[in-house]
Amino acid sequence: MASITFITPSGATRTVERKDGSLMEAAVQNGVEGIDADCGGVCSCATCHIHVEPEWVDRVGPPGSAERALLELQDVTNERSRLACQVRINDALDGLVVRVAAR
Amino acid sequence: MSASAPACVIVGGGHAGAQCALSLRRLGWSGRITVVGDEPIHPYHRPPLSKGYLKGEATFDQILIRPVSVYAQQAIEFRLDARVVEIDRAKRAAILADGAALAYDKLVLATGSHNRKPPIEGIDLPGVHLLRTANECDTLRGAIAGASRALILGGGFIGLEVAASLRRQGREVTVLEREPRILSRVTSPEMAKVLHGIHREEGVEIHTGVTVSAIRRGAGLYRVETKEHAEYAAELVVAGTGAAPNTLLAEAAGLAVDNGIRVDAACRTSDPDIFAIGDCTCQHHPMYERDIRLECVQNATDQARTAASAIAGHPIPPRALPWFWSDQYDIKLQMAGLSNGYDDMVLRRHPGLPRSLSAWYFMGERLIAVAAVNDAIAYTVGSKLISLGKAVDRTRIADPNVDIKTLMDNVRGASS
Ligand SMILES: Cc1cc2nc3c(=O)[nH]c(=O)nc-3n(C[C@H](O)[C@H](O)[C@H](O)COP(=O)(O)OP(=O)(O)OC[C@H]3O[C@@H](n4cnc5c(N)ncnc54)[C@H](O)[C@@H]3O)c2cc1C
Ligand code: FES
Repeated sequence: MASITFITPSGATRTVERKDGSLMEAAVQNGVEGIDADCGGVCSCATCHIHVEPEWVDRVGPPGSAERALLELQDVTNERSRLACQVRINDALDGLVVRVAAR
Repeated sequence: MSASAPACVIVGGGHAGAQCALSLRRLGWSGRITVVGDEPIHPYHRPPLSKGYLKGEATFDQILIRPVSVYAQQAIEFRLDARVVEIDRAKRAAILADGAALAYDKLVLATGSHNRKPPIEGIDLPGVHLLRTANECDTLRGAIAGASRALILGGGFIGLEVAASLRRQGREVTVLEREPRILSRVTSPEMAKVLHGIHREEGVEIHTGVTVSAIRRGAGLYRVETKEHAEYAAELVVAGTGAAPNTLLAEAAGLAVDNGIRVDAACRTSDPDIFAIGDCTCQHHPMYERDIRLECVQNATDQARTAASAIAGHPIPPRALPWFWSDQYDIKLQMAGLSNGYDDMVLRRHPGLPRSLSAWYFMGERLIAVAAVNDAIAYTVGSKLISLGKAVDRTRIADPNVDIKTLMDNVRGASS
């Protein structure tokens, strides 16, 4: 089980518990503001863009090549950007904090 | 909420309807929101119906756009299994099939599209499937379980995705296409040829230039006859023969309709209190300088955000570049822009990677569209270049030794 905290563009904090699936699913299941997930998680829409907090970047890992390409299309992308639908949840991510990208 | 709070009624609980309701709340609109949907279930993602959900890789809960609890938290009300049969503009009310009248201050038509049924004898037989709703998909899945062969009428995206999903489940699949090639309405002959080749490699039989004349049932099999006097047999037939916008409500209400419900840049119809979004609309696109009707998730959700912004009194976002994706086997097709009317096309291939390529479409000097197969970087660079509207060096695109990202440098250099 991992406890994951989303900080939304309006500054609200939501902590959710989840053991598997993607970060996008964890956000959508809990109605986290700003994660729209238009494409349903197939790495096509970038409406699940998040910034991983600096201390978590290594454990979350870098984006894959298709994900990186899609991220490059977005305005607010930085070196801590990920698409939440491409991040799988596991126990090692217990305590993770991410910020939902503003669009 | 007080009785005087404004009421927004959204007709249709699909991608557009759901996103419009969610966006209204995100933008701080505090009026009453009611979504009326004629399906018995909450909004769900439609694309998996021909892909993951059809193959049984996703459960229904996993394809819901939001869990039901989220709508309750956001005070978004649903009337499911309910159909709006009339819009009374004088009384500003949406009339449901059971006679109930829902008063509105703002009405949003998000009625989507329906599958075109070709006028063929036997099209209504029980083993002939159309695919638009989760319910239809469940019926189809049941039928697949007892079938070894399937016939697919129509080689468009949905037909080909169903073909790929059925092949992955070990079924014999034959696609019958009326036009001389597959995907004739949505992509170039070169791209269609590549996709045709991939389907053939995967073991799908594709026959183009054949017109189905009748479907008959006998001895557990469906026999499809063509005008060319061929006959095909399978336990299962799926018709993927195109879609048409759901405009009857709007037409009966006297709203402007022409290949979709006419809307302005704010998604307003010819009645300023009635908006329309998604597959059911036809809207001018400033970049392509013409009116277009799109059938894709991007358009449904972006128009939903636009209408919500207008209703909530926020600035209207600029009209987005259309984009679309399709997943078949191990290939991911991504398309940005609209290629209709192109006068030149450049193919970019990668030696040794036959299933990875991109097609770049030009009209005069302008890049107007890019379609990429397993090449997300080409898709990304192409999308950016289309939006920038700058001239691009075609010989560099075609050269696989050129890093496609450097095209962006040139553009920046040229414009500075
Ligand atoms: C099998 C399939 C695969 C697809 N794959 C892709 C893909 O890979 N990528 C992509 O971008 N797009 C894809 N699409 C297209 C995409 O699903 C549509 O563009 C999108 O659903 C449009 O959203 P919408 O809200 O406008 O309409 P819909 O999602 O169709 O929703 C409209 C809803 O309104 C209801 N309705 C209509 N009239 C009334 C009424 N009078 N009263 C109450 N309810 C009413 C309808 O029953 C429906 O539930 C696919 C479509 C299908 C069918
Ligand atoms: S949900 Fe569309 S890219 Fe993540």
